[in-house]
Amino acid sequence: MGYERINFEADSARAVDDEKLKRALVNVTNRFRSARNKASSEVPGWDELRALGREIKKETIENLDRYLLMLEENVKKAGGHVHWAGDGEEACAIIIEIARKNNVKSVVKSKSMATEEVELNTALEAAGIRAVETDLGEYIIQLAGEHPSHIIAPAVHKTKDDISRLFSEKLGIPYLSEPEELTKVARERMRSEFLNAGMGISGANFAVAETGTIVIVENEGNARLTTTVPRIHVALAGIEKIIPRYNDLSLFLTLLARSATGQKSSTYVSFITGPRRKTDKDGPEEFHLVLLDNGRSGILANEQTRESLYCIRCGACLNNCPVYRKVGGHSYGWVYSGPIGAIINPQLLGIDKAPELPFASSLCGACRDVCPVKIDFPRVLLELRHEVKESKAEKGKGLELFIERLSFRLWRTIVTHEKLYGAISSLMYHLQTPFRGKGGSLGSLPYPLSRWTQDRDFPAIAGTPFRERWKKLKREIGQGGRNRNL
Amino acid sequence: MRVYLFVTCLVDTFFPGVGEGMVKVLDRLGVDVEFPRAQTCCGQPAFNSGYREDARAVAGRFISVFGNALKESRDEETYIVCPSGSCATMLKVYYKELLANYPEQLDKLETITKRTYEFSEFLINVTKTADVGARYDGIVTYHDSCHLLRELGIKDEPRRLIEAVRGLEFREMEMHDACCGFGGTFSIKFPRVSVSMLDEKIDCIVGSGADTVVSSDMGCLMNIGGALSRRNIPVKVMHIAELLAQTGSERG
Ligand code: SF4
Repeated sequence: MGYERINFEADSARAVDDEKLKRALVNVTNRFRSARNKASSEVPGWDELRALGREIKKETIENLDRYLLMLEENVKKAGGHVHWAGDGEEACAIIIEIARKNNVKSVVKSKSMATEEVELNTALEAAGIRAVETDLGEYIIQLAGEHPSHIIAPAVHKTKDDISRLFSEKLGIPYLSEPEELTKVARERMRSEFLNAGMGISGANFAVAETGTIVIVENEGNARLTTTVPRIHVALAGIEKIIPRYNDLSLFLTLLARSATGQKSSTYVSFITGPRRKTDKDGPEEFHLVLLDNGRSGILANEQTRESLYCIRCGACLNNCPVYRKVGGHSYGWVYSGPIGAIINPQLLGIDKAPELPFASSLCGACRDVCPVKIDFPRVLLELRHEVKESKAEKGKGLELFIERLSFRLWRTIVTHEKLYGAISSLMYHLQTPFRGKGGSLGSLPYPLSRWTQDRDFPAIAGTPFRERWKKLKREIGQGGRNRNL
Repeated sequence: MRVYLFVTCLVDTFFPGVGEGMVKVLDRLGVDVEFPRAQTCCGQPAFNSGYREDARAVAGRFISVFGNALKESRDEETYIVCPSGSCATMLKVYYKELLANYPEQLDKLETITKRTYEFSEFLINVTKTADVGARYDGIVTYHDSCHLLRELGIKDEPRRLIEAVRGLEFREMEMHDACCGFGGTFSIKFPRVSVSMLDEKIDCIVGSGADTVVSSDMGCLMNIGGALSRRNIPVKVMHIAELLAQTGSERG
């Protein structure tokens, strides 16, 4: 798909100035974070559970081919259809084809990051098929024509007032200030959509290889309706959503609910194995599972970054990330944001589309602390940074990149030659004089350090570096004996 | 017991007082301190920026300088101590990554990393001392440097050292473990984001009512200190080694 190159620097700089966004982000990340911290501390051996989750994911991803075939076989056995989509366009084409064959004019959708990823709504619309989001957050951003800014709370960037205005403008209703009233309006609209829709489209939180079961977690009940009321149910799932055994679900459902929202369990957990059986009272007549690659097999092939595929999309890394907390989801330029976005957007889109993202982190590691599958973010980010520099990903940055490369080469020469290192630091000491400000520190420096000194003072180089003080120091401690008060 | 100081390039060049602080404290504890003069940098700036080949050249040099120093020492109890959680992380965690395809270097690295400690970790876990005989009359809060806390898992050690200082009142700040926004080149690649993270840190420091903020990394402290001085906020910035070197006679 024709994505422009992601511009994190410009977008994030805009975002940090947005006071409304700032408040919304602090609120939501604080709320999710404390809920998650509480919920995880209630479970004895939480860290062991995370380690187990990681182990299982690792084994699954390493044997993905085998598990995928097992999944396909078992979905078919249960009477479902399985489709393989190499990329987003293919996924959309498959889904549109299913709709056409069945003369479907309108579809309802439950929340799914995969459908956001392939821009299914746009494709459906272009094919003349009406698609309505039924998750409240997704409904809001669909009305607004925006992208989700958080994995589990797509409309977190919107305030209550924003939503009231949006509803009034787009739905032609009076301004409603109470969230309950807004929810009621949305519900009423959706009810008729559910009844008219010829097809329900969902994502999948997990796909169980052993049984061919699709598992969907949610809190609003809309996904259950989406997957049962219309005649056809299509689930779109990334190939990494697979888990081997039905028995693994209790672990992953616990990890997901507690990490995502701090709930013991999500309000609705739907287990879907094939279409309606003769004995079932309800359910769709047809069930289709579309398995999406869209760059995932590329990640699989990269041993160093493969663990990016362990993610179960709980959003905990976003809520714990000090960068996400400031810049919000849209700065990451694509559907995935926060730490997980910083590592998978460049890998799924191609590193040349998002070469800045692996650098959009202070490497503080707070994400790794909470990730239920213990993705080692700093290590993966560092690996990707290396790949960016080794590739042609930044070729647009000609001169800047050239200067950077040269600087590191120069630095390397300096710090591998002690005498040169000493001489340069003494030279710099003298050169800094005109930049000295109050208290001796440096108030304004030329580019690139101007980017520091714009809002912060920079420390001055010491007149006598430690190496030059050492001899004297050594004499002093040598003479005075032990345990003196120096 | 002998310690080879790795003061880090930042301390050597900008903050030699931190190195002096380490020397004073270690000497007080009866440790024989040495400074291998050929040392410069560990290579972290290049590694974190994706320039692994440059980083490797610098790392190779570090390994040979400190490898030779260790060889010279006849003391069984010989260590390398460094006043930075971040540089200690580079040595103890990321050198393995950087040198993964260089088995020869990896062998030498083994002997170095198992003797390498961050300063507060060394005091508490090797010298087994929390009270290093310091005195400081002030209200102190502590900023957890990310790498020390989350890569090396060191949280209580600096606090135990701080709390044992005479005359000092310790106050934990809100969000003490939140990143200050430094992140090495991150701070100049994305200055607006970095500073907005820093804003929140400064609020927490001021909110604690402390007159001195202490940390274990000059990277964080030059970031925090740079904002405090720019904004004329009268909170002192001190590396833990400088704090522990205080005897109470410094003021007036
Ligand atoms: S990377 Fe980990 S913490 Fe982040 S969304 Fe995925 S599972 Fe959750």
